[in-house]
Amino acid sequence: MFAALLRRDLLLAWRSRADVLVSLTFFIIVACLFPFGVGSDKELLIRIGPGVLWVAALLSVLLSLNRLFAQDYADGTLEQWLLSDTPAPLWVAAKILAHWISTGLPLVLISPLLAVLYELPAEWLPTLAVSLLLGTPILALLGAVGAALTLGVRAGGVLIALLVLPLFVPVLIFGAGAVQAVADGTGATPWLLLLGAGDLAALSLAPLACAAALRLAVESG
Amino acid sequence: MMLEARNLACMKGERLLFRNLNLHIQAGGLLRVLGPNGAGKTSLLRILCSLAVPEAGQVLWNGQDIHARAGREIFAPAVLYLGHAPMINGLLTPLENLQLLCAADAQPADADICAAALRAMGLEAALALPCRVLSAGQRRRVALARLHASRAACGQNALARPLWVLDEPFTALDVASVEQLAQTITAHCAAGGMAIFVSHQEAPFGLPAQTLTLGGTA
Amino acid sequence: MNEHRSPAPQDTPQLTGWRRFASPALCYRLAGHFIRPCTKLAIVLTLAGLYLGFFVAPTDAVQGEVYRIIFIHVPTAWMSMFIYLIMAFWAVVGLVMKTRVSFMLMRALAPTGAIFCFLALWTGALWGRPTWGSYWVWDARLTSQLLLMFLYLGFIALTHSIEDLRRADFAGAILALVGALNVPVIYFSVKWWSTLHQGASVSLSKAPSMATTMLVAMLLVALAAWAYTIAVSMVRLRHIILMRERRSTWVRALLDAQEQKETA
Repeated sequence: MFAALLRRDLLLAWRSRADVLVSLTFFIIVACLFPFGVGSDKELLIRIGPGVLWVAALLSVLLSLNRLFAQDYADGTLEQWLLSDTPAPLWVAAKILAHWISTGLPLVLISPLLAVLYELPAEWLPTLAVSLLLGTPILALLGAVGAALTLGVRAGGVLIALLVLPLFVPVLIFGAGAVQAVADGTGATPWLLLLGAGDLAALSLAPLACAAALRLAVESG
Repeated sequence: MMLEARNLACMKGERLLFRNLNLHIQAGGLLRVLGPNGAGKTSLLRILCSLAVPEAGQVLWNGQDIHARAGREIFAPAVLYLGHAPMINGLLTPLENLQLLCAADAQPADADICAAALRAMGLEAALALPCRVLSAGQRRRVALARLHASRAACGQNALARPLWVLDEPFTALDVASVEQLAQTITAHCAAGGMAIFVSHQEAPFGLPAQTLTLGGTA
Repeated sequence: MNEHRSPAPQDTPQLTGWRRFASPALCYRLAGHFIRPCTKLAIVLTLAGLYLGFFVAPTDAVQGEVYRIIFIHVPTAWMSMFIYLIMAFWAVVGLVMKTRVSFMLMRALAPTGAIFCFLALWTGALWGRPTWGSYWVWDARLTSQLLLMFLYLGFIALTHSIEDLRRADFAGAILALVGALNVPVIYFSVKWWSTLHQGASVSLSKAPSMATTMLVAMLLVALAAWAYTIAVSMVRLRHIILMRERRSTWVRALLDAQEQKETA
């Protein structure tokens, strides 16, 4: 069931790649726009680069969240999952994983390329990519809770942003902090470990909260 | 096997749809829910398959409350619910959709069984098309093919999901399909299953159906 | 299979033991007992605390008179954090016991928490202007307070935009719980992030750094905030209970009795 749903969601993502590319394109656009806003001063770009890329990644994850459950909720598939004998948190985790692979992972892969636009030193790039690799799953997991809570609610899109914004801030701080730490020469390991711990905590709790919220959405619908 | 509802009450927003509703259905039973639009038929069906919570009262499956966690875990794999929603993703083919629905049923989602079920529903030509190009009636049949697959996957006498809860299963079907579906439901009940359905339309069942009428003035 | 309907009005089932406190009718009556004394207490404590803080406490050697805003700023900031934790507590109780009154209490507390949060931000900004030279600095505590404000606003927005009451209650509870689990994470992450941080100046180990009168004044205002919170949330709880139970017999009886009192 976990595998079946994962495969199905990835297949769906592939068939609707235009939708999936929206968040990647958004990431690239935001990253490209910033220099026009703040100027092309090399020092400045290097200083704000990691933070800007992280904020852009965060916003593009946020942008993709309302797609996570909306279609399955609308066409009644969600009800069928709830009636399956697979525990809900398990298939919820499969959906979140598929979502992350199709929206989060591309951000991680393209981030070194965008970092070049900001002239970030090459030795920062691995840390940037790893911090995104560890950080974006937390964003996806926490965001999924927000998406499930606001499923089918009026103005759901704005509401998700309001709900998850304060929850995203620590991830942003740790992620951008990791790159900053490399820049300062203090070592990124503690920050990355914090992100890893965040992954574990979010992975163990978010699917539970998310499953409960989805059941609520179905029961009131 | 028995599904029993005790003193159910259902509110929709401010409106009381029904209250003190009792029913029970046993293996082999067929129950038809009747009533005008807005009488709470769909709400009742959703309550009976644990997808909605009643305002008051209980639904018991073999004596266990299906809205409590323990009871729900036993009950959920025993019920097959076909609601108003199509349960069909437009980007997937009928076969992919059906296989996934069968995966939710925890049955061996064999491609052959699924394909055979779709053929039985007259969807031979549409097997490889994305569902978004199908008509409403064809999409409905994809969902209904699940009933065939459910029966085929476990042999004619075993029951993967003994309780079928069907909301307007005959909508958008032609005469031949209605007859065929009625036969499938009859066979399911004859094998010891049970079915609860809402329908405004008469169908040729091979066994007498009990009826429950909602929305009478009491 | 049979179906019968009786015209008997629908009421909550009888609850026994300590769970009877989860009965809306009993809660309504209990809540009523708190309102008056707590309101009086809040007024007295506020006046006493502010008098002590504004007129008795000594002028700060460094910051002058401006520092006196902490007598409002600190208690409101404390209270805004406490209230979120209390909401999370009631969320847990509601999720575990499935008691509706817990959710009502949780929702009754949210606006008060948001107001205290806003007051803390406002007074923080007013304090920041003469102290740091600008209304807003990205100081750790102000920033955490801002994020707490977002948590409150998110909670209120979510519970208000879901029409189905049951879903709104449970969804709010899940959010409050997720938020509360994140509060320490947010606090510490912001603390590490910030370099402008001032050490916490009100703690028992550091008490000597603060004059006793100042501490007493601050504690009085903090207690006043508690009393105010209890009074206001009880009023709001009563409104919520009445709204939700308006179809039940006891509310009808109550309203009838009030009407008779008014006409008499």
